[in-house]
Amino acid sequence: MLSRVAESLYWMSRYIERAENVARFIYVNTWLSLDLGSEYIEQWKPLLSASGDDAIFTEHYDQPTKQNVIQFLTFDARNPNSILSSVTGARENARIDRQYITLEMWEQINRFYLFLRGGAHDAARGIEAHQDFFAEVTTASHLFVGIMDSTMTHNEGWHFCRLARHMERADKTSRILDAKYFLLLPSVDAVGSPYDDILWTAVLRSTSAFEMYRKQFQSISPDRIVEFLVLDGDFPRAIRHCVLSADNSLRAISGTPKGTFRNAAEQQLGRLCAELNYVRVSEIMGRGLHEFLDDAQLRLNLAGEAIHNAFFALQPVPVMSQYQRGIKE
Amino acid sequence: MLFDGYDSGGFFDEMFDAQGNPRPAARLLFQRVAALGDGELRRYQQAAEQAFFRAGITFTVYGDEAGTERIFPFDIIPRIVTAEEWDHIERGLRQRVYALNLFIDDIYNFQKILKDRVIPPDLILSAKSYRKACAGLKPPHGIWCHISGTDLVRDRDGEYYVLEDNLRTPSGVSYVLQNREVMQRTFPQIFEQNHVRPVSAYPSHLYRMLQYVAPAGATSPCVAVLTPGVYNSAYFEHSFLAKFMGVELVEGRDLVVMDGYVMMRTTKGFERVDVLYRRIDDDFIDPMTFRPDSLLGVSGLMEVYRAGRVSLANAPGTGIADDKAVYAYVPKIIKYYTGEDAILPNVPTYVCWEDKDRQYVCDNLEKLVVKAANESGGYGMLVGPHSTAEQREQFKRAINADPRNYIAQPTLGLSRAPVIVDDHFEGRHVDLRPYVLYGQEIFVLPGGLTRVALKKGSLVVNSSQGGGSKDTWVLGRPEAVC
Repeated sequence: MLSRVAESLYWMSRYIERAENVARFIYVNTWLSLDLGSEYIEQWKPLLSASGDDAIFTEHYDQPTKQNVIQFLTFDARNPNSILSSVTGARENARIDRQYITLEMWEQINRFYLFLRGGAHDAARGIEAHQDFFAEVTTASHLFVGIMDSTMTHNEGWHFCRLARHMERADKTSRILDAKYFLLLPSVDAVGSPYDDILWTAVLRSTSAFEMYRKQFQSISPDRIVEFLVLDGDFPRAIRHCVLSADNSLRAISGTPKGTFRNAAEQQLGRLCAELNYVRVSEIMGRGLHEFLDDAQLRLNLAGEAIHNAFFALQPVPVMSQYQRGIKE
Repeated sequence: MLFDGYDSGGFFDEMFDAQGNPRPAARLLFQRVAALGDGELRRYQQAAEQAFFRAGITFTVYGDEAGTERIFPFDIIPRIVTAEEWDHIERGLRQRVYALNLFIDDIYNFQKILKDRVIPPDLILSAKSYRKACAGLKPPHGIWCHISGTDLVRDRDGEYYVLEDNLRTPSGVSYVLQNREVMQRTFPQIFEQNHVRPVSAYPSHLYRMLQYVAPAGATSPCVAVLTPGVYNSAYFEHSFLAKFMGVELVEGRDLVVMDGYVMMRTTKGFERVDVLYRRIDDDFIDPMTFRPDSLLGVSGLMEVYRAGRVSLANAPGTGIADDKAVYAYVPKIIKYYTGEDAILPNVPTYVCWEDKDRQYVCDNLEKLVVKAANESGGYGMLVGPHSTAEQREQFKRAINADPRNYIAQPTLGLSRAPVIVDDHFEGRHVDLRPYVLYGQEIFVLPGGLTRVALKKGSLVVNSSQGGGSKDTWVLGRPEAVC
């Protein structure tokens, strides 16, 4: 398929996933403040760190108040990662790929976009976004993925979408875990307190992992949660699951067998898979969760760049005659 | 009830005869619509508009920061063309496109028609749309204008006239298909028993034609649609056609000339392209041959084309045959190449480079429609009866400064069709653009784009000038439909 089309499929899919994750952050944080009551000081700043946009925020806003942060993360067009910017980006890419994706997929993206436009319109008139609004963003994203899985042939383009979705999701799960560990905690005293339990629960909820975690581990413990969100192979938002799925799609695209590589993208992702397959949670905690996650994010970024170079940025190779080749050697 | 007080205003009406009775072919449609309550009809109209919205077939309103999007106006009352009328149109279009194709081939090869003084050679050789770079070319099967969209209008007498030939990259066919689909989705009961001929096979015909004109020797040729990109106003159509033919939609930057062939950049390396249905004007397709500042085209494309290693549809250079100055000669062109009289007449045309005509035009501007020979989309036009003295003075100066560039026609009383205005119907002027494909045979899509001048009294139907569209029903003969 065309490199340009593959690239815009890739970004369409990443942007949808990104919008969903930002909505999750907001949803859970709002819920958290309700559960912890007045003793808890609302923490909105960590959300900015989790999405990685603190710098742009401080450029345009004074205080990280609830209202400011929600506006910034949801509707602000100046924030390239806001929900609205992401879905607009997804739609622009979908427009490029319209001859490639199914009508049902296009209509869902379009519906998603019009829904957000309506929300932005309300927000501009001072009507605060309802809690359900963020749940609906999440559902709209799920719907898109479901429609894609059930209407689009699981061909190369579909694998580019799946690759992108899991790359984005792995990154976001690692960020929210990281943000919790360093920022969500009001103070060190809170470790082990009832608050801690609630805060960890929030992390699980923001990754939709609460119920699935309970089924597997019952009681809340940081090590177990890290094990579940980082190393689980079957939970769809766990980092390992995401990286393995991304690797599967990458190999479905290139045809390179597992355990080998033919380009830097396969090498990067393959390495990360091996690390996640063979590390123990005690080793992660011993090394420091933050360091581990930081490293994982860095490697995901490198893999992303390598995917770009291997598939999207093809350059024509000038034809060299035998003679020229001889001189070069 | 809704049609109460409907006034055809002395124009030929597509739905009603001069006595105000529905025409026989429109009777069923009339009964169905008249049986609806007005609220009901409005609901169908809104449902159709919503369907366009959901499908994202919209354009952005420029200068609006909120990024407001609009749909192209659409009226749900179809325009009906009877089987007999269509037979006539179809024969006329086949004849016209066949002759114009021979004309183009002649102009770029032998110029017999110029040597025989049927057309003044200067007129052709001085035209902006004449491409020296195309001289001596022999496209596969001698076909130059693979896709054309001919604009037809009806005058007060109901006769169909050709208003203009579009032989470069005519657009709008996706709306023909989309309008029909939206109608079938939102207002299905109105089709019953009407024997409307389907339009949905267009992409298959298009694809077959494009494969047919592939370079000799290309087995299972690779076809692609070349678009200027997502910001082009016809981008929806480009992606629509690529999608329904199941071929790649490429931009100039996806293509590169390598080893004498056109290749596209894919995730698996470079792949050869054999046929390009290009929706980029001649001027922009190859910066090495035409405009050097073009960022849309492919460097070296024309050289590959000349070597017969890629086919372009339409071929570069076809613009010479839809030049508005050449238009006046089309009846002669048809006679010259086929020996037949034109089946579909031209609108009488005054050509301003002939002194007598120019004098008449300048003296009668308030009665005429003046058009710049090299403009399209309703630009560079003066509608005499609706013009101010100042505008007429401006045109007079422009005509005298560059007579070659102007033609004039009597202001036609274009036929009208009823459109929904609030809670009742009013007549609005319409035209008709059928689409013709020239491959192994000449195929005329039974349907076309009916454009409506939505502004009351306006004669300009172009979408850039406040026009909308209607579904166009070409009826089959009832006995022919099993």
